[in-house]
Amino acid sequence: MISLTSPVKTRAHDLPAGLKLALLVVATGGLARADGLAFHTGAALFSVSLYALPGRVFFTAGLKRLSILWPFAAVVLAWHLVTRDVEAGLVITLRMLSAVGLANLVTMTTRLSDIMAVVRWLGTPLARLGLNMAALEIGIGLVIRMVPVLGEKARHLTESWRARSPRRARWRVVLPLAVLALEDADRVSEALRARGGLTRPDKD
Amino acid sequence: MERSLAHIALFAAVIAVLGFLPKLSLGFGVPVTAQSLGVMLAGTVLGARRGTLAVLLFLLITALGLPLLAGGRGGLGVFVGPTAGFLAGWVAAAFCIGFIVERWRSQKLALVAGVASVIGGIVVMYAFGIIGMALVLDKTLLEATALVVAFIPGDIAKAVIAGLVTAALYRARPSSLLSRQANAVL
Repeated sequence: MISLTSPVKTRAHDLPAGLKLALLVVATGGLARADGLAFHTGAALFSVSLYALPGRVFFTAGLKRLSILWPFAAVVLAWHLVTRDVEAGLVITLRMLSAVGLANLVTMTTRLSDIMAVVRWLGTPLARLGLNMAALEIGIGLVIRMVPVLGEKARHLTESWRARSPRRARWRVVLPLAVLALEDADRVSEALRARGGLTRPDKD
Repeated sequence: MERSLAHIALFAAVIAVLGFLPKLSLGFGVPVTAQSLGVMLAGTVLGARRGTLAVLLFLLITALGLPLLAGGRGGLGVFVGPTAGFLAGWVAAAFCIGFIVERWRSQKLALVAGVASVIGGIVVMYAFGIIGMALVLDKTLLEATALVVAFIPGDIAKAVIAGLVTAALYRARPSSLLSRQANAVL
């Protein structure tokens, strides 16, 4: 499956994932508190310049991921043009751009294995409260493995519907897809059990 | 335990795959994706606890950076964006839907699952979504409601489909409806 990490390797890839996430939390908190237009213009320029640092390929890939924000930005700016409070509209739009931009930046420059290590570290105290980390990790692996498998099955279902009917399949594939997923779940659970199951070694 | 985990993981995958299905456009140009139908089904089929865990697992993997949200979105950005409230609402919606289907057994399943999907997948989910949008876009709750109200007809259609699919699933494979098993609380 295609991941959202960057198409080019950047220097930020070598920074510890935990540090990047901690900085992101601090930055997001700061953005939420601050209100001045000058501050938010600076913050947005700073965020965009971070995208520009690793070169053009990274910059265009990064901006493409932010395109989801444009409709919201357009609505907010239009709204504040009508209420004649453009400055507030600009602050809201810039704050949203910086917050989402910085968060995407961390995602783009952090490998899946690195961010998993942070999840494992964060999960350690929760494990003492009863969270089964082994089950969580198997669960994550299973989803990543099964999404393309089920996606392929959904494609086959849509195609076979198309072969039988001039109308589009749309929601009609949902029921057979759910049946297939539940059948797979039964088989996967048997396979897990056959391989020793999920009981934690310390509980045996 | 293994059976629960496999069902939770497979349903997290179903939510992802439903997001890949082509978007449907309502008469007035509002795009509707099938992804929240997956959240409704997680609740009606798996029940409150496992349905909630399936949604949480899906969101965790999205946060890790995999593009599982409709339109190929994912990563940490979606959790601070204007629609973040809806993602939090998915968790509450799956729980609420599962809770209702587990306990309300006096009516036909299609009706129960449909009504549960309207309450959880629309009332509860939009409550979270509207609060999130009001916070990010700095609008009043009423103004934020105006921004999302166009999506409600699509979600009503999804709730109806969720009810029908759940009932059909129960007819086809009664054992697969974990929300209606004797040990549903497990």
